[in-house]
Amino acid sequence: MTDATRSPDIPPPGTATPIYRHRLTTRIWHWVSAITIFIMIGSGLTILNAHPHLYWGQFGANADHAWLHTVRAPSWLTIPAGYNLAIARRWHLLFALVLGFGLLFYMVSSLLNRHFQRDFRIRARELTPAHLWYDAKEHAALRFHDPKQPNARNIFQKLAYVLTIFVLLPAMILSGLALSPGMDAAWPWLLDLMGGRASARSVHFIAMVGVVLFIIVHLALVILAGAWPETRSMITGWWRIPGHDKREDAA
Amino acid sequence: MSSLITRRALVKTAALGTGALLAGCDRVAELPAARKILFSGEKLNMGLQRALSNRHSLAPEYRVDQMSPFFRTNGTSNPGTPEYAAMVADRFASWRLKVGGLVTRPLAISHAQLMAMPARTQITRHDCVEGWSAIGKWHGPMLGSVLKAAGVKDSVRYIVFTCGDLYSGANYYESIDLIDAFHPQTILAWGMNDQLLDVGHGAPVRLRLERQLGYKHAKYVMAIDAVASLTGIGLGKGGYWEDNVDYDWYAGI
Repeated sequence: MTDATRSPDIPPPGTATPIYRHRLTTRIWHWVSAITIFIMIGSGLTILNAHPHLYWGQFGANADHAWLHTVRAPSWLTIPAGYNLAIARRWHLLFALVLGFGLLFYMVSSLLNRHFQRDFRIRARELTPAHLWYDAKEHAALRFHDPKQPNARNIFQKLAYVLTIFVLLPAMILSGLALSPGMDAAWPWLLDLMGGRASARSVHFIAMVGVVLFIIVHLALVILAGAWPETRSMITGWWRIPGHDKREDAA
Repeated sequence: MSSLITRRALVKTAALGTGALLAGCDRVAELPAARKILFSGEKLNMGLQRALSNRHSLAPEYRVDQMSPFFRTNGTSNPGTPEYAAMVADRFASWRLKVGGLVTRPLAISHAQLMAMPARTQITRHDCVEGWSAIGKWHGPMLGSVLKAAGVKDSVRYIVFTCGDLYSGANYYESIDLIDAFHPQTILAWGMNDQLLDVGHGAPVRLRLERQLGYKHAKYVMAIDAVASLTGIGLGKGGYWEDNVDYDWYAGI
């Protein structure tokens, strides 16, 4: 917990390049979520297999118009591997609590320790076409960090994280809650927000696709930016700027 | 060079890790201790939902123009037993809804008597555990009125519904607690979409339990029993699906 209170951007005494990049709360949330999200997607696909049709509106069943018939999720992607709706629901509804309360914990702690304000605040100048174009070129050249401000997130990083943390995951959680008949009685506004239960189920699916796309891009960029230094920084908190330390490449 | 190896190793580790995680989940679910944790989600979710909602908070009710044009059937669409066929043949004239167990006045209510009771009409959404939902209009007396007429004793904790359809030779059954039993939208529906309840949807009477999933809405109800404990009924988990395939007893989610 001691390093959670330490201010970022200040190198520890004795070493020149490493910087403190991820606080303890961020690291805990990251790894808990990494496991949780795989369980949620695996068990969610089993649940989708039970009725692989998606609708818009208040209701939707076989005789109604479905906007999407999903392909059957293969057993190597689902939890459990063999079709078992009851066990899939047990996984899904227990880990839904981990996902939901985990996000709440991360959001509150990141507001308090100013992680959000410091790292994810999008400034108007970053959204200018010139800046976006510049950052796109930097990405294409596989340069992800501004050497002058190595700890600052670039605009595409900020947009991806803000979209995932503040749009996709909340949409996922709220649409999931709207699927519960008990919650619909407790919080009827969930259905108004989603435009009905069948719509909530579609929103839940679309948010899942969005999260999967985020994970693919996230993992690809972690690998391109330096797989081990990036992974290590999410374990220890300390990050060495790739390319700045020759010992890194020899490791 | 070395960074390439690291990248390749990481991709390989991630792929193996994902596979191991998914397969590992199945292994973990077999361990008694892990199973206990996994199954604890039901109590957690039930506790949270009960804490967040008023015990009388109502399930949303819909307008006539929001109803499903076609309301599919599910589970049993006809019990198919000689006894049930005879009931259908005489239009449930000899059918009696037996209300017993820990009550002060056991009842045997006829179809006509049930239909003469003050009734509630509600257009509600039926959510199947599989993911589909349909909106229909249901008509019948509140379960609470029937239970009050029978006089539920102080020791009662659950209400058990025994049904006319058979699963592996035994009668389908379901159970609910008293919070749901006395909820105003919990009705014994004998009418659906302005007609007498048909065989496919559970004639002569089905339970409507609007804050829970479809498998709790017992069809072809033959008997209602007030009990102090679910032990000794079926396999003791409170319902056919709960006993046999690990479905949650609390199906509010």
